[in-house]
Amino acid sequence: MTSIEAHVQQPYKYGFVTDIESEVVPAGLNEDVIRLISAKKGEPEWMLEWRLKAYRNWLKMSEPHWPNVKYGPIDYQAISYYAAPKKLPKLDSLDQVDPKLVATFEKLGIPIEEQKRLSGVAVDAVFDSVSVATTFQAELAKFGVIFCPMSQAIREHADLVQKYLGTVVPHNDNFFAALNTAVFTDGSFVYVPKGVRCPLELSTYFRINASSTGQFERTLIIADEGSYVSYLEGCSAPMRDENQLHAAVVELVAFDRATIKYSTIQNWYPGDEEGKGGIYNFVTKRGKCAGVNSKISWTQVETGSAITWKYPGCILQGDNSIGEFYSVAVTSHRQQADTGTKMIHLGKNTRSTIVSKGISAGRGQNTYRGLVKIMKGAEGARNYSQCDSMLIGDKCGAHTFPYIDVRNSTAIMEHEASTSKIGEDQIFYLRQRGLSAEDAVSMIVNGFCKEVFKELPMEFAVEATRLLGISLEGSVG
Amino acid sequence: MKQGKVLLEVKGLRVAVAGTEILKGVDLTIREGEVHAIMGPNGSGKSTLAQVLAGHPAYTVLAGSAAYDGKDLLDMKPEERARAGVFLAFQYPVEIRGITNSYFLRSALNALRRERGEPELDPIDFLQFLEQKLKAIGWDDSMMNRPVNEGFSGGEKKRNEILQLAVLEPRLAILDETDSGLDIDALKTVAETVNKLRGPDRSFLIVTHYQRLLNYITPDVVHVLADGRIVKSGGPALAHELEAKGYDWLRDGVMVS
Repeated sequence: MTSIEAHVQQPYKYGFVTDIESEVVPAGLNEDVIRLISAKKGEPEWMLEWRLKAYRNWLKMSEPHWPNVKYGPIDYQAISYYAAPKKLPKLDSLDQVDPKLVATFEKLGIPIEEQKRLSGVAVDAVFDSVSVATTFQAELAKFGVIFCPMSQAIREHADLVQKYLGTVVPHNDNFFAALNTAVFTDGSFVYVPKGVRCPLELSTYFRINASSTGQFERTLIIADEGSYVSYLEGCSAPMRDENQLHAAVVELVAFDRATIKYSTIQNWYPGDEEGKGGIYNFVTKRGKCAGVNSKISWTQVETGSAITWKYPGCILQGDNSIGEFYSVAVTSHRQQADTGTKMIHLGKNTRSTIVSKGISAGRGQNTYRGLVKIMKGAEGARNYSQCDSMLIGDKCGAHTFPYIDVRNSTAIMEHEASTSKIGEDQIFYLRQRGLSAEDAVSMIVNGFCKEVFKELPMEFAVEATRLLGISLEGSVG
Repeated sequence: MKQGKVLLEVKGLRVAVAGTEILKGVDLTIREGEVHAIMGPNGSGKSTLAQVLAGHPAYTVLAGSAAYDGKDLLDMKPEERARAGVFLAFQYPVEIRGITNSYFLRSALNALRRERGEPELDPIDFLQFLEQKLKAIGWDDSMMNRPVNEGFSGGEKKRNEILQLAVLEPRLAILDETDSGLDIDALKTVAETVNKLRGPDRSFLIVTHYQRLLNYITPDVVHVLADGRIVKSGGPALAHELEAKGYDWLRDGVMVS
């Protein structure tokens, strides 16, 4: 049949494995493992205590099963919680990074040698459980901007970390956040001082390499009064038949008049056509607009992972603060995504915007789940939500669960939703103008996602467009 | 009139859609530079002929042939036909969200240029190219930065098809009921534009139910399609005869023969 079905998949491009000597702690989770991780990181006692507190809470919690996704039981004792390349460079000397690691990131399009840098972008490269290189730290320090691996921040900026870590996502927030708190290994830490506009795009690239491991990173970004920072994360993993767990926590804090722009291009291994293998991406991301006139903007392009469970949200505490969520989620083959946002309005005249674009192809299942909550004191709050779904083929699904909870009668809420199908007629129209079937689909999909792509930093918008082209190739015929 | 060489030769074309035979043996020869009009009652197969020549996948060719510039047209993919110079102005143009007309047209033009071994136009060169084309047909650029057909009125959509025709410069332009849904002013604009685009290297196949478009575009040949066959062909006067008498007398003729 010459239907739109036939095109969807090209092989996953980033599925290679780096052959590198790694230290992997035996599978299993208990207090000794947590102590071991903490010791390896040279952490202070308070951090270990916090981890243990989270672990003890986690033992009493149960995995959430309300998301609209299906998967078998996860054996948390079969996962190794720490894996790191044996030859690790000394900090702040990029020349000493193992050439194999440099080559790996090069292959992923992430140059970690500064002379080959992406212009205007500083990169923290995380390989399995550790950060292997962070570029431009010295350059950024001139502006007072701290950009370093979380483990380094815990040692060198303990005051800031201790003050803010866990203040937006508490250690017992949910099952996966508690697990992360107990075993997190690396991630990035960012502090932008008062009045500073961070001169570079900051970026972290997460790579899972070792098998039978999970990746549990923790990111904390603090934007002090009147500052601005744009941060982007990317990720990928080898193709394996097993499912690997990725449970990250990201916390953002924006003070008076500060803006944090957080972008994600998620490209974890999605599993094969039959749904074998792939990453379970169970992530908690939340930002707090703590100050007046502050702004937090989430942009995500989710193309990978077997299962995605994430709801980057904003707590709009400061008066006149702004929360934004722009999302493109693609599910093809047998991928499942349950993703959306939470906007909690506390301050007066707070505003939030939600634009969600879900694309389902193959047998993919795509769910938007969002909560907009206007609290009693949030006089004059406004929300605009737009949820658009696109279906490619007739075996996939799109679902929308918008929750609205308004406790102040001055609130203004708007919600728009649409579902469309890429039809033969659309494809034929473009082919009749000389475009190939692939180009036709890619043009339709890009047009559909445009409102989200325009929110991405320039350097990455192209990457996102390309990625979308890849993950949809094969859906049309 | 000097006869050009044959551009399209359709022989015994039988076509079905969803299992129902619509075209039951169509013969049609179009030479370079000629304008042919296909008229006929609703359901006679006019749009089917337009769609099948452009390669719509929903139509199944049961028998017959279509040679375009000496090549087997029916064996070509829709995009290959487009790149070879076959253009269909759609009866129902589709909307493409988030893509501007200008970007869409440049992508289409570059696909054609690649095929011809010509360098692709970057956005700046394209803008200049477009300006010339718009000037030639006397149109402004107000539609260029709007998303393709999104929020366009019926008339604007049809005009947009003609604009694409002007930019893509096909050798064979098929107009499928371009006049339907146009008010008289828009109809005149479209007709004038088509007349400007007529030339020795470009042939037209104009599918229409009513004769009114042909008041402004004088065809070289008029064909009447009824019940899947061309039952009568003639000069421009035939269109007027149809306007006066309707189609029934022809249908009866089919029955008798």
